[in-house]
Amino acid sequence: MDKLNRDVWVFIEQRNGKPADVSFELLAKGRRLAENLKSRLISIVAGYNAKAIAEQTFHYGAVECLLIDHPDLEHYSTLPYSRTIINLVETYKPRVMLFGATIIGRDLAPRVASHTKSGLTADCTDLQIAGIKYLKKDYQDLLLQIRPAFGGNIIATIISPDVHTQMATVREGVMRMEPVAGSVNGKITSVSFIPDESDKIIQLIEQHRQESKVNLKGASVIVAGGYGMGSKENFRMIYELAHTLGGEVAGSRAAVDAGFIPHERQVGQTGVTVRPKLYIACGISGAIQHRAGMQESNKIIAINNDPDAPIFSVAHYGIVGDVMDVIPKFINVFKQKLR
Amino acid sequence: MGINSIVMVKQVPDTANISGQVMKEDGTVNRAKLPAILNHEDKTALELALRIKDQYGGKVTIITMGPPRASDVLRECLFMGADEAYLISDRKFAGADTLATSYVLSETIKKIGSYDFIFAGRQAIDGDTAQVGPQTAEKLNIPQITYTEEILEVGKSSVKVRRKIDGGYEILESKLPVLLTVIKDAAFPRPFKAKRIMAYKNAKTLLELEKLTEGNSLLYVDQLKEEYIARGLYIKTLTMDDLKLDETRCGIHGSPTKVYKVESVVLAGGNHEKINPTQEELSRLIVKLMEDHILG
Repeated sequence: MDKLNRDVWVFIEQRNGKPADVSFELLAKGRRLAENLKSRLISIVAGYNAKAIAEQTFHYGAVECLLIDHPDLEHYSTLPYSRTIINLVETYKPRVMLFGATIIGRDLAPRVASHTKSGLTADCTDLQIAGIKYLKKDYQDLLLQIRPAFGGNIIATIISPDVHTQMATVREGVMRMEPVAGSVNGKITSVSFIPDESDKIIQLIEQHRQESKVNLKGASVIVAGGYGMGSKENFRMIYELAHTLGGEVAGSRAAVDAGFIPHERQVGQTGVTVRPKLYIACGISGAIQHRAGMQESNKIIAINNDPDAPIFSVAHYGIVGDVMDVIPKFINVFKQKLR
Repeated sequence: MGINSIVMVKQVPDTANISGQVMKEDGTVNRAKLPAILNHEDKTALELALRIKDQYGGKVTIITMGPPRASDVLRECLFMGADEAYLISDRKFAGADTLATSYVLSETIKKIGSYDFIFAGRQAIDGDTAQVGPQTAEKLNIPQITYTEEILEVGKSSVKVRRKIDGGYEILESKLPVLLTVIKDAAFPRPFKAKRIMAYKNAKTLLELEKLTEGNSLLYVDQLKEEYIARGLYIKTLTMDDLKLDETRCGIHGSPTKVYKVESVVLAGGNHEKINPTQEELSRLIVKLMEDHILG
C-alpha cells in the first residue's frame, strides 16, 4: 500500500479566466482529507494564462498545482479537457479526486471516471475519511461520500472500496471556503498539452455568460418565500420585507416552479446553499431539499399556517399564521422600532 | 436515408410526488410503494429525437436497462412514436452503478449498430447523478453535449446545439455521431397517439411472452415470438449472454461504488420558540434580534 499514491486532487474550474468559488471550497475540504490521509493536496488547473489561478490555489492549501496552460484550453470543452485529465489520472493515480457539481464538473467527471474505471459519486454534501468494515472486510482510510438520494428522502453513504481512485462531485456552497493563514508556498508543475484532431469535433460558436447580480451567499439577512405565498402578487410582500430589513430575496423550488421568483434566487439542493445571520422562511413547507440549503443559518424564523410544516423542525422561532397577515405586521413593528 | 437516433430511457420511482400513502409511520418513505414512471427528461429527449425523425426521416430506437416491468416505459415510448424498443434485462445487472450501466448500454448500442444521435435525459430523478450519458459517450468514444436546451440546426454530418452553462448558454457545433443529454425545458413531449396506443398496448417483451405460455401447453414461446415479430409487437429483449458481456463489468461486480449506509431522513422534533402573531410578541422578537445584532 505504501507505494501507492494517496494524494487528494481538486479540479479547479474556471469560467472566462475566473476560478469558480466551489473549487476553493473543495480545496478547503480537500486539505482536511489530505491531512487525514497523511498525503498532499494537489490542484489541477487547465486554462490559458492561468498561472495566477494556480498560485491562488496555494492560498487554500494546495501544495502543488499541475498546470496545463494552452490557448486551446481557454474555454472548457469536453474532449480536450477530459483527454488531458484522463492522462494525468492514469499517470499519477491519485487516491481522491474532487470536482464541483457544476455543469462543467458534471460534464467532465463522468467522462474521466468512465475511462479510468474509477468510482464516482455525484453531488456529495459531505466527505469524510474513515476506516470501515464492509462485507466482512476491513478497509483503511476510505472516502465516505455522503449525498442525499431519492429526491432527498434518504441520505446515502457511498464508498468505492476496491478501486484506487475515488472520485466525487460536490455541491456548490456546501463546504466553506477557508484560506490558509500566513504565508504560503506551493510548486507549479507545468504539464504539456498536445493538441489532437479530436479536439475539433466540437466547436464553440458563441458563449453568453452573465455574472449574476444576485448575491445570496453574501447576504446577512434573507427573506425567502415558498409556494404558500399563493401568487406572484403576494410575493411582492417578500420583497417589501427584505427591503425593509436590508436583506436579499430568495425562494423555494416550488416558488421558482410556480414562476413567483427567478431560479437564480432559489435556495436548496438544486439552488444555492446559504448561511445568513437571519433567514425568514415565509410560506415554505420545508422539504428536505430546501432545508439542506438553509438549515445552517444563524437564526431561522418560520412563518407558516400549517403548524406541522417540516420547516418548524429547523426554525429557532416559529410563527403559525397567514403570511399575508404576519408579514405586514412584522414590517410595521420593525419600522416602529427603528424610529 | 434519414437520421437515426437511439434514446436511452429509465424507469424511475416518482420521487417528486410523495403523498401520504407512501409515508411509513416513522416518517420515512416506503420506496416500494412509489409509482414507477418514465423519467421526465428522458421523455423530453425522446421528443427531440422524434422531431428530427419528423423532419428528416429515419428511425428512433429506444433502449432501457432495467427489471422486466420496465417494459411499461418502453410501451409509452412506442405510444409517443418510437419505432423500436429494446429491454436489456438480466438478474446479473442488479446493483449496477452508473459505470456498470454505461458499460451495458454502450455494448447494446454497439450491437444495434449505426446511429447519428444518441439521446438521454440529463439525469434520472431517483439518483440525480447525470453520469450515465457522459460515461456511455466515453465508452463509445464519441463526443457529448450535456444540458441541451435546443437543437438549432441539423446538417448532413453535424449539428448545432444550444446548451445551458453556469450563468448563461453557449452554442456548440458537433460532428455526428454525438450523444446529447437533454434538460426538461428543451421541449414539451407530445401526447400519446390514440392509434398508437391501440397498436402497441399489446407489445410484449420475451419475458412477458414467456409468462403467457406458462401453464398453457398449446403455446410455444418461439412460435409466439415469431408471431409478435411479424405483427411488429415484439419488444426486443436481451440478456447478458445475448450481448456477450463481460460479467465482471456488469451489475454489482462491475460497480466501483457501493452503498455503505442508508439513513432515512426523519424530521427532528423541533425546539423552536413559538411566537404568536400579535403586535406585542412580534415586537419582543424584533427587539431580541436587534439586541443580538441579528437585525438592524
